[in-house]
Amino acid sequence: MAILEVRDLKKHFGPVNVLNGISFSLEKGEVLSVIGSSGSGKTTLLRCLNFLETPSGGQIHVKGECLFDAADPSTQKEAGVRKKRLHFGLVFQSFNLFPQYTALQNVTLAPQLLAREREDYRQDRARILAEIQEEGQSLLEQVGLADKLHSYPHQLSGGQQQRVAIARALALKPDILCFDEPTSALDPEISGEVLRAIRRLAEQHMTMIIVTHEMGFARDVSSRVIFMDGGLIAEEGPPEALFGSPKSQRLQAFLQAVR
Amino acid sequence: MAVIIERLFEGFAINCKLFGLTLLFALPLGLIISFGSMSKFKPLAYAVKTFVWIIRGTPLMLQLLIIFLGPGLMGMTNPWPAGADGRLAAATVAFVINYACYFSEIFRGGIETIPKGQHEAGQVLGMTKRQIFFKVTLLQVIKRIVPPMGNEIITLVKDTSLARIISCKEIIMMAQEYTAKGLIGPLFSTGLYFLAFVGAVTLLMGYAERKLDYFRV
Ligand SMILES: Nc1ncnc2c1ncn2[C@@H]1O[C@H](COP(=O)(O)OP(=O)(O)OP(=O)(O)O)[C@@H](O)[C@H]1O
Ligand SMILES: [Mg+2]
Repeated sequence: MAILEVRDLKKHFGPVNVLNGISFSLEKGEVLSVIGSSGSGKTTLLRCLNFLETPSGGQIHVKGECLFDAADPSTQKEAGVRKKRLHFGLVFQSFNLFPQYTALQNVTLAPQLLAREREDYRQDRARILAEIQEEGQSLLEQVGLADKLHSYPHQLSGGQQQRVAIARALALKPDILCFDEPTSALDPEISGEVLRAIRRLAEQHMTMIIVTHEMGFARDVSSRVIFMDGGLIAEEGPPEALFGSPKSQRLQAFLQAVR
Repeated sequence: MAVIIERLFEGFAINCKLFGLTLLFALPLGLIISFGSMSKFKPLAYAVKTFVWIIRGTPLMLQLLIIFLGPGLMGMTNPWPAGADGRLAAATVAFVINYACYFSEIFRGGIETIPKGQHEAGQVLGMTKRQIFFKVTLLQVIKRIVPPMGNEIITLVKDTSLARIISCKEIIMMAQEYTAKGLIGPLFSTGLYFLAFVGAVTLLMGYAERKLDYFRV
């Protein structure tokens, strides 16, 4: 069964139609890259999946559970949104680390707050917090920041900040991790370290949706690629097919332009 | 001489009380007003903004008089107890309302300049609105508002002497008793009290700024 199923997702801002019916599904462990020109709706798609925007139409199912159905108001209650968001993680283009916290604190803050809702929190508080702390450290080690645990965001380079942001998203163990152009705010020579961290996650079979302008990266990290155009999926397939023999003229033109 | 100094201290105690009470109530009230002015419910936001505009657009001295004398002159039962305590209470209410409006504008400025991404990062990490405000936004807001808040608080120190318009026996009013007797010294020396107080506030604000210097916003 697919871990994520998106059906006919639509989004408009007032009169502006941004998503015009997006449907796709994702198997566990798959890495899906989303490419497309500026304004084609890639960010909006990720924001809808993370419930930062409310879609105007369509459905979102995760692991068989219907998280959103535009036709069913009971799936749109504000109260449930917070839980639903936890199925997804989102790494922003601009990192959005919390400046007043160290790298480690950035990673552990949300798990600590979430742990308060556990039934055994009162009895086992010390143990639970220690586990979260340890988990946070190990996540930062995984992204190569073992020596930066106690650095504040302003003391880190962009690439390091983005890797903290990745560790922070992983700390909540999302089913699907989304990236919105994780390297476009970075110098090319720094992008590599972030891409390597993402590649390592792919090797560990993390399910991911990656919006990116790095065609080379999309080509070798993803199991499937979606080309978006005008709020629709214009072409979809394995990377070799999409990049090797693009069918639509729009995709051909797009690939020409970014080359 | 010693009597004069004692009397002036007595007066300055009123200034300090008014200062402390105003801060104590106007800071939280200001935060609430700032939320009101940023409300998505437009009628509320406009109502609050109009109120803030009126309070900031009229002299504090006028507000003091209206709040102290208004109820009685408009035929309502006078809410203020007789005597010095009643006058101080009236002054406190006027100051709290006035300063809460100024503070609310500072809070609003501080909150609105926090990038939207901070809030969204909290949201996607499953935090509640409350948690985002207290754990993510608040300290960043505080860091941003320390300098303008410092200015406002220094103004408040000096504004407390306006309370003499409703006969609160604050320090300058005390000193005027002596000018009536032909002594100017006490009046001059009141300045020293204010200077010392403002100096302490300035040091405290500098300390807060340094304390928050460990991160950048
Ligand atoms: N909150 C909003 N209100 C109005 N229009 C919006 C809003 N958010 C996005 N849009 C519009 O939706 C369209 C798609 O935006 P989106 O950010 O999803 O594109 P994108 O594919 O991510 O582009 P880019 O590659 O530049 O990041 C744009 O035309 C944008 O102006
Ligand atoms: Mg985008």
